[in-house]
Amino acid sequence: MSTSVWLIPAFPLAGALVNAIFGRAIGRRAHWVAVPATAAAFVAACVTFSGVVRGATYTGQLYPWIVAGALKAGVSVQVDQLAAVMLLVVTGVGFLIHVYSIGYMQSDPGYARFFSYLNLFVFSMTMLVLASNYLLLYVFWEAVGLCSYLLIGFWYQRPAAAQAGKKAFIVNRVGDFGFGLGVIWLWTVAGTLQYAEVFARAGTLGRATATGIALLLFMGACGKSAQLPLHTWLPDAMEGPTPVSALIHAATMVTAGVYMVARSHALFERSGVALEVVAWVGGVTAIFAATIALVQTDIKRVLAYSTISQLGYMFAAVGVGAYTAGIFHLVTHAFFKALLFLGAGSIIHALGGEQDLRKMGGLAPRMVPTAVTMTIGAAGLAGVPGFAGFFSKDEILAAIYDGGSLGLWSLLLLGAFLTSVYAFRLLFLAFYCAPRMSPEAAHHVHESPTVMTVPLMVLAALTVVTGFAIGIPSGEGTLFAQFLAPVFPPHEVEHGGFGAYALLLLSVIVVAAGFLLAWLLYATRPVAPEDLGRPRTPIHALLFNAYYVDRMYDAVIVRPLFALSVLLARGFDAGVLDGAVNAVGRAVVAWAQGLRRVQTGYVVNYALTMLLGVVALVGFLLSR
Amino acid sequence: MDFPAVSLRAILPAIVILTTAALVLLLDLLPPRERKGHLAVVSLAGVVAALLATTWLWGGESRAFRGMVVLDGYALFLDLVICYAAGLVVLLSMDYLRERGLESGEYYALVLLATVGMMLMASAGDLIVVFLSLELMSLSLYVLAGYFRARLASGEAAMKYFLLGAFATSFFLYGIALVYGSTGTTNLDRIAASASRDSLMMVGVALLLVGFGFKISAVPFHMWAPDVYVGAPTSVTALIATGSKAAAFAALIRVLVTSLRSTQPDWTVLLWGLAAATMTVGNVVAIAQSNLKRMLAYSSVAHVGYMLIGLVAGGVFGTGAVLFYLLVYTFTTAGAFGVVLLLEHAGGEGVSLADYAGRARRHPILALVLSLFLLSLIGIPPFGGFVGKFYLFGAAVRSGYIGLAVIGALNTAVASYYYLRLIVYMYMREPEGVEAVSTPSFAGGLALAVALVGIVVLGVVPTPFIDLAQAAVTPLLR
Repeated sequence: MSTSVWLIPAFPLAGALVNAIFGRAIGRRAHWVAVPATAAAFVAACVTFSGVVRGATYTGQLYPWIVAGALKAGVSVQVDQLAAVMLLVVTGVGFLIHVYSIGYMQSDPGYARFFSYLNLFVFSMTMLVLASNYLLLYVFWEAVGLCSYLLIGFWYQRPAAAQAGKKAFIVNRVGDFGFGLGVIWLWTVAGTLQYAEVFARAGTLGRATATGIALLLFMGACGKSAQLPLHTWLPDAMEGPTPVSALIHAATMVTAGVYMVARSHALFERSGVALEVVAWVGGVTAIFAATIALVQTDIKRVLAYSTISQLGYMFAAVGVGAYTAGIFHLVTHAFFKALLFLGAGSIIHALGGEQDLRKMGGLAPRMVPTAVTMTIGAAGLAGVPGFAGFFSKDEILAAIYDGGSLGLWSLLLLGAFLTSVYAFRLLFLAFYCAPRMSPEAAHHVHESPTVMTVPLMVLAALTVVTGFAIGIPSGEGTLFAQFLAPVFPPHEVEHGGFGAYALLLLSVIVVAAGFLLAWLLYATRPVAPEDLGRPRTPIHALLFNAYYVDRMYDAVIVRPLFALSVLLARGFDAGVLDGAVNAVGRAVVAWAQGLRRVQTGYVVNYALTMLLGVVALVGFLLSR
Repeated sequence: MDFPAVSLRAILPAIVILTTAALVLLLDLLPPRERKGHLAVVSLAGVVAALLATTWLWGGESRAFRGMVVLDGYALFLDLVICYAAGLVVLLSMDYLRERGLESGEYYALVLLATVGMMLMASAGDLIVVFLSLELMSLSLYVLAGYFRARLASGEAAMKYFLLGAFATSFFLYGIALVYGSTGTTNLDRIAASASRDSLMMVGVALLLVGFGFKISAVPFHMWAPDVYVGAPTSVTALIATGSKAAAFAALIRVLVTSLRSTQPDWTVLLWGLAAATMTVGNVVAIAQSNLKRMLAYSSVAHVGYMLIGLVAGGVFGTGAVLFYLLVYTFTTAGAFGVVLLLEHAGGEGVSLADYAGRARRHPILALVLSLFLLSLIGIPPFGGFVGKFYLFGAAVRSGYIGLAVIGALNTAVASYYYLRLIVYMYMREPEGVEAVSTPSFAGGLALAVALVGIVVLGVVPTPFIDLAQAAVTPLLR
């Protein structure tokens, strides 16, 4: 088993390197490197998984990375049931998206570069899952962030893409600031960063300490998984190519936070309070993002807010201790959300780059495979009975209801209604109502090539069968839960009985109501494009502008920081020049300023500042 | 009369460099007069010889010249850092000077003399030696900063550096006098033995910190740095930013942890404030900069703040973290300035942010290399900067300075903004105007390659270097 484990990250790494180094020579054949590399990783993951099914787990170390006295961290990996599931999702969905990209990125000049980044991401993500200590987790946590940044800004010629990449990076740095501190703190109190040892010692930590550490770690999760208040980067990240949105910003990377919290459950449970925070942040984010998704007009932004909302469900689940339910939703979400994104990509491809729902409509007859698969995806997202999302969402709702947190439960139930509304709204607006695009755009609509539709069909099939295959509750919990049982503490959920059926019925009613509302609003009468994009009521405007969070951050954080910088620079540093001055002018200004500074005594100012420093230092030491 | 025992072995690396400096000056007089490339090669050979001498002396421990000079693992570790800095600077200088027609023996001799000063600072066992070697280094650097005589900014930089440096030095000297007044000695060990804590000593300590604060450019003694970094020839800037800082830190650490041990609680609090102010001012002001050399100047101020965290944390762990970070910082900063130098136009233009728009299109390799250095400065794995920061902040938390670690971590988040902006400019903006810059030569490429390998090795296999750093500081703390 040891070989297959190490091969999982090795293949994509090799693929990334080959395409990075020989990309120019390889050119349009880059997928002949990248796709087999990911396929091989998937095969290796399957072999590993089958080993885990037979009960084997694996730990191993490549080499001891940092050894500084008590601080030890190795490049070491571990495979258990949780890691095995994650690996299958990452490499499996990753492989499908690689295949899809062959068609989607077909005419892109950066073809080899794209596949190189994509392989690099798969490598980093598998290593993130495999890591057996927090420091290595942090390293690949940063690495997937870097890949995400590279891929968001992939079309860097577009200013919006470059801006979005930068934003993603910086917002994540804020989260990672907490994560990094949490890791350091953990190390100082536990004396180790190795998962197994940390969890074994979790019980000995003080409750307050455990809370502090867990919350700092969760701060990193909020950044990576786009939870409140660090969610703002994900909608902007939609500037990246659509396969990237599907792979990184829906199926895998953004779920790293959920994985991390589930992985660290011993720490979070030791705290208790931290778990509650996780649950509530998740719950509030779920409904917050769902309301925004109701009114967005960009098809990818609808899906982005939907992802934020669904991640909120996962956090709510792990927050009440229903880890298997959270991870199960992670898996099903990976399938149906990747499917929806890829379907959206297929539409965008067909419409020559159009992402605006206002300019779509009536696409179903023209692109049957995309329409059918996306309908399945939307049903999965909305939680229509029988589809994967139904099983996993219901599991979460049941667990939270059983946990006794009625407030959280009603929040998420309302969220389920909203999810159903926006999922079907998207479907109707894109496929099933009268076309709203220009005649010539309508003329060019065509179904995407087979290389793109086949991954859609595979994901649709997964969305249909996953729930039935591993998500049916039984006396011992679902098959999925039984598989993960060695990793997580048992979570008692009452299955069957009148209460459970009532809950089930309730969530079916909620989904149906959502469908009905969407149908009444968007399918029964022609929709005027201008009605969608122009907010008429204050509430609509509030939602349309995503609660103005971006604008608020700009006013409260970005601008003051910039002002402070300029202020300090003016005070401390006369050499700041206006960027608008052109090169010739700048030289003149510099010349003039240089003269002025020497002659009018800036040096004296500097010396005076130093003198103040001297007085402060001497005064301080004398006063002690 | 009783002469002290002369033990040249203890200062062998410095002697090697000093001899090379003399040799360079001598060779400068001999033909060929018009080509000076060989002088750089000789200088480089001297630096390499000093490196070899350092490794040959490794593990040795002795005192010479009546305790004026100390040869120990600590001095040798810093000799390594300083030699790397000097070597990289010489490599970077070769084409930089030739393209501008300014190659000369004096330049290399001055670089080497400054290096001698730096090495002696690292091994000084007496405040007088600290002062003398500090002056040897500083005077050489003042002249080097003004080396581009025809350029006004260069002269201005030299003038400012000199005036403010002299100002700081006078405080430093006064500090030595006060410490002497309080303890009756300038020998570091004997100052420690006296364990004085009277007000004379306190003022002395404060003034010593002012002198060191100036050399490492800690806030509020940093104001010279941006002007000097911008005005000086970029190769000299690299030396000021790396070698001279390493040397000043070397002496600062030795003086603080060996001889001023009795006042540790006092200066720790002071350094806490200096560290917080230095990081924050450095990073925040860097955001407003549009000139790259100026931005890197503030960035280097900020990094001094990070390193001061390690000194506050103290102990083998904290002090070792400073040394390790110094090593990482030297490679990273020398590398970053190296790329800036290679992309600079002959007239000193081409160092503004706008000039870097679309650079990745024309210089894909240089842009990539610079991006990697910047990522290391931000502290992204797998580069040395990440391990260094983790180690520093870890030391702070371990010693209970959680607040300082939080400030440090927040600062790294802020800092990512301006480093990233440069990457965005290089990769995601359309180039403005036309430019003709020759491709980097072998020497420049070699310098960047060494620096790049340095930060990758320090990030991927840091353990041996952390061990070295910890072993180096252990004797100081006994």
